[in-house]
Amino acid sequence: MAELLNNLIPNVIDKWPDLWIAFGETLYMMVVSGLISFLLGMIFGVVLTVTAEGRIMANKPVFTVLDKVINIFRSVPFIILLAALIPLTRLIVGKAIGTAGAIIPLIFGTVPFFSRQIESALAEVDHGLIEAAQSMGVSPIKIIFRVYLRESIPGIVRGTTITVISLVGLTAMAGAVGGGGLGDFAIRYGYNRNQVDITYATVVILVAVVSLIQGFGNIIIRKTTH
Amino acid sequence: MIELEHVSKTFGAGCESVEAVSDVSLSIGAGEIFGIIGFSGAGKSTLVRCINMLETPTEGKVTVDGKELTALRPGELRKARSNIGMIFQHFNLMRSRTVYGNIAFPLLDAGLTKEQEREKVRGLLKLVDMEDKENAYPSQLSGGQKQRVAIARALASDPKVLLCDEATSALDPQTTQSILRLLRDLNRELGLTIVIITHEMAVVKEVCHRVAVMENGRVVELGGVFDIFAHPEQPITQDFIRTTSNLQKVYDLLEEKSPVVQLQQDERIVRLTYDSRNVAEPVISVLSREYRVNMSIIFSSIEIIEDAPLGGLVAIMGGEDERIEQALNYLKERNVSVEVIADGRAAE
Repeated sequence: MAELLNNLIPNVIDKWPDLWIAFGETLYMMVVSGLISFLLGMIFGVVLTVTAEGRIMANKPVFTVLDKVINIFRSVPFIILLAALIPLTRLIVGKAIGTAGAIIPLIFGTVPFFSRQIESALAEVDHGLIEAAQSMGVSPIKIIFRVYLRESIPGIVRGTTITVISLVGLTAMAGAVGGGGLGDFAIRYGYNRNQVDITYATVVILVAVVSLIQGFGNIIIRKTTH
Repeated sequence: MIELEHVSKTFGAGCESVEAVSDVSLSIGAGEIFGIIGFSGAGKSTLVRCINMLETPTEGKVTVDGKELTALRPGELRKARSNIGMIFQHFNLMRSRTVYGNIAFPLLDAGLTKEQEREKVRGLLKLVDMEDKENAYPSQLSGGQKQRVAIARALASDPKVLLCDEATSALDPQTTQSILRLLRDLNRELGLTIVIITHEMAVVKEVCHRVAVMENGRVVELGGVFDIFAHPEQPITQDFIRTTSNLQKVYDLLEEKSPVVQLQQDERIVRLTYDSRNVAEPVISVLSREYRVNMSIIFSSIEIIEDAPLGGLVAIMGGEDERIEQALNYLKERNVSVEVIADGRAAE
């Protein structure tokens, strides 16, 4: 068995410990930037929803500024964002390379996308429900938590699943500029040294990660949809 | 209970503005079931939203249960709203919550213990006859059941006023009847003041005490339901009333020259309308017995509104000229208005 694996995927066996370190780095980047992005994206998505014209906390200046800023960041390709954010990253984390250095660009790349996902999930909430809650004298803040967020849990989970999966892709790209992780690993060995089995091994791992995320998301969506 | 004084609501600004409600003044008494009827776009939904300030009137004063809502600050207004329940055409129940969760929703900040809350919710479920659906989700309920849950939810904060915005428009006729019956019971048992917005005259006829007819943002006619039905003044009101009666169909038959309305020379088609409260005599029997005229009824539409018969019938009256004349006079004396729609003699 060991013999067979050695013949089939010699480089993977050779770099086995490094592969797991790279996988750990990918997970680290995903979890840290994912959690921060989830929080920020949720806040911005909610703000976009409730400050839009005719909504419960309509506020044109806030809405317009946030809307435009999100559009700007969404239109910058991530690879350029990585380079453009180097000064800011250095300012916040102290260095612009390595796994920690990748976190800031990942957040900037993810938050605008996730904000839109949340915005569209919350847009699914029937205006009638908001009106009903208002007619009961529920305050705007409570309407956000008890109606908007509560009612759109399946939509939020769906948006989160999509965002986390796209985050997997971003972490691989961040790897290319020295962020470490599976993307870095695949480029360094699989591409630059033409060790194809390494490329395939990272692909298998990433496919497994994405399937897990999607499967997990689907279970929650099914459980929360009535 | 509800006082609207010169309430106007304009949407938009400048030359594109639309005045949805213009200068409406209404006074709705405690314990009254008040109907507001109008075609879509007449401004009735906006008007009812002005009552609980979901729409802020551009002008005018809204007072509910002695509190001038138009003068309250947002926090005070929210508190005052718990005194005004509201139900909607599309029920607006939360899909993520069970029937129990939906009804308990307005009680979340009431400071009740779990037991008190359960007791309250179960009482409301009993009131709307939905005790066995406590743990169901709205998606598992029929339209009528959803509206019952919505009514229970609207009553959770013990309001004095219930606003119904087209609450039966999405329901089939039988379910509509059962919901209206429930509203009438609530009105009688709890002394609840109910405002019903509808485009169906049948709904008004079924439960309302008084009705306001709206057109182009204005109240064009207002009165007791019986009087409005008996003596509609505005063309729009007459239109609405016509929708509840089938007597108009005779005109279609005449137009089509249907065999049903082919008259002999000694026959006339007459339309009798009972529009005052004192028609108690069996006039048709009297006609055939005392005046020896034949009455062959084509259409009849008689409703009991506020415990008095209202409506009329269309019939072919046959007999000698003289007797027919006498019969018509007798009817007039008995406060039945008579209209001869077609005359067999003219057909010659």
